[in-house]
Amino acid sequence: MPHSPSSDPATPGGPAPGPVALSVEGLGVTVSSGRLTAVRDVSFTVARGEAVGLVGESGSGKTLICRSVLGLLPPGCAVSEGEIALAGETLTGRSRREWERVRGTRVGAVFQDPASYLNPSLTVGRQLAEVLRVKLGLDRPRAGERAVELFAAVGLHDPAEVARRHPHELSGGMLQRVLIAIAVACAPDLLVADEATTALDVVVQAEVLELLARMRAEHDLALLLVSHDLAVIAEVCDRVLVAYAGELVEDGPAERVLTEPLHPYTEALLRVATVGDWERRELEVIPGAPPEVGARLPGCRFADRCAFAAPECLSGPVPLRETADGRRVRCVRSEEIDLSRAGARGTREVAV
Amino acid sequence: MSGLLEISGLTVAFGRRDTRPVLDGVELSVGEGEIVGVIGETGSGKTTLARTAVGLVAPRSGRVVFDGREISGARGRARRAFRRSGQLSYAFQDPLRALDPELTVRRAVAEPLAVAGELDGARIAARVEEALETVGLDAARLGDRLPGALSGGQRQRALLARAIVTRPRLLIADEPVSALDASNRNRVLRLLDRLRAERRMAVVVISHDLSSLAGIADRVAVLYRGRVVEQGPVHEVFGRPLHPYTALLTASAPSVRAEGGPGAAALRPSAEPPGWTAREGCVFAHRCPFVTGSCRTAPAPAAVGPHRSAACHRVDQWRELVAWTAPAATSGQAPEPAATGRAPEPAATGRAPEPAAATGEPRKEAGRVTVAPVTARPSEKG
Repeated sequence: MPHSPSSDPATPGGPAPGPVALSVEGLGVTVSSGRLTAVRDVSFTVARGEAVGLVGESGSGKTLICRSVLGLLPPGCAVSEGEIALAGETLTGRSRREWERVRGTRVGAVFQDPASYLNPSLTVGRQLAEVLRVKLGLDRPRAGERAVELFAAVGLHDPAEVARRHPHELSGGMLQRVLIAIAVACAPDLLVADEATTALDVVVQAEVLELLARMRAEHDLALLLVSHDLAVIAEVCDRVLVAYAGELVEDGPAERVLTEPLHPYTEALLRVATVGDWERRELEVIPGAPPEVGARLPGCRFADRCAFAAPECLSGPVPLRETADGRRVRCVRSEEIDLSRAGARGTREVAV
Repeated sequence: MSGLLEISGLTVAFGRRDTRPVLDGVELSVGEGEIVGVIGETGSGKTTLARTAVGLVAPRSGRVVFDGREISGARGRARRAFRRSGQLSYAFQDPLRALDPELTVRRAVAEPLAVAGELDGARIAARVEEALETVGLDAARLGDRLPGALSGGQRQRALLARAIVTRPRLLIADEPVSALDASNRNRVLRLLDRLRAERRMAVVVISHDLSSLAGIADRVAVLYRGRVVEQGPVHEVFGRPLHPYTALLTASAPSVRAEGGPGAAALRPSAEPPGWTAREGCVFAHRCPFVTGSCRTAPAPAAVGPHRSAACHRVDQWRELVAWTAPAATSGQAPEPAATGRAPEPAATGRAPEPAAATGEPRKEAGRVTVAPVTARPSEKG
């Protein structure tokens, strides 16, 4: 059953993906000053005009992956392995100054809490104009005009008036639109949205998701949307990456992954997502908890929560295997197990 | 009406006399063993409603009656005695800030009983173990930890243990699951459902998020800018909304499955709202695509059928004005000629007969087909 966002002009499966905007190859990230490995063996690409969703629970490493792509890992965290390239140009190992040149021009980003990324004592118009002056070298009047144009483009009513406001005078949804305007100001190749709609009310969230989809289509942006909420990703993305305990466990076209998941964890995530299903009275849970960050496990990291776990799952690290139709899955049993019967196999936890 | 909790005509305002009230004429009734959801966006007054219901905020007018006793008017000793009885308890939003960072889980959970001062230490300890076991926290492993050393889901359950340790008859839970991921969310919701089943405990779940109410709420009240704009059984309210705001909410909720019904865009106004909407009239008028001159007088909640109420002048007209789109995914296998419903004009044809809204008969079939096509369950898996 394909899922087609009603207001998305570039429907999934429509235009063929363009040239690769972002490529991540064999990424590993360590935390606690290198003592623990939080992310390992992460490889994926995002093409121009493509919207890719990265989904996972808290602790799945999705935020570390996305911060690595932005060159914004917190202190104590570092890229230990692999390569990140933007439109073919390697970024890993670059100096801070070189990253500064890339961020804001070639990569834009939007985060969960827009207010904390803006200066509270400057008007939002001035903050956007500053980006345009520094990054694009526009003069002051031209930058001011362009800021108002960009505010109009992200659907802010009365953009000239909004430009004169300070952040505290705007609602969360308006601030997120301001951030999106700043993120796309320099026509980047890639826009990263990390839990960008999580703090918003449902109605505003839908509007911001529509805006991201529209920006993607209008600017032929590569969009990497990170969320813990599979439903949010389903609304916008062509392709879904599923992260679990620091690894990618599944990658495939959204409509396939959401209807015929290959990995038992993806299947479990889909079963616990009940949004919109008012008729259903059973609330399912995934038993157990994800492993601690950096835990050394012999084989599959999901095995102890998996209804299909077998001895071979623990015999060694599980590679991310490509299937015949171009999807990827990190499960040794993905070909023999029948996930449609997962509910009957005892994954339902009886006690709370 | 003789529910366990009866809230009638509740109006709350902060600050000056002429400010717009935070809650305006709210009616809500909660029966024994019932789970009632209160849903609304930021600033709609849901937390104020909860705080007023437990007596933390004094209403300007209106009544809060718990088990036949008016508690909104109680003062001093009487109020203190009622609060300490723990019959009505409140689980605060944000478990990180609501739990004292210097109290261990056991001591935090014991506090309501210690304050009541009716039980001795041994009995309190036994009740604490019982409460922790009920919420599924391993007392031996986690009981002596501080809140900072717990995960989000564990903190939320510790907060619930504290709220139920007094064996309340009604629990008001403010955003109990909004900070949790889906699996932990379901775990907490199931816990609430179990408490209702085993102890006949009534629960009010306050939420900004429809998914928090999925599967457990019996009834739901939709709050917008301090007014209950719609109220009724959860499947009917979300399956076939009577108020345009509820329709916008359900259409905006993201879903992993393809949805039918109007897209959220069809329920947003395309033109600037009339100037008067900023000052008077229906609270939703400024965002309503169906606004007319009659909306300038605020609509009162009116019964629609035996179980539902809605505050909208155009309750039986607005549906006809929406360009309903057929659920794209079901067009191949739809049980009805769905693909015809694209134009605004035949909106009602082949779909829910409009009189359902007017008479308010619980037309379950109609509600299902119109907005949330549950028939479109992924069936290819079977």
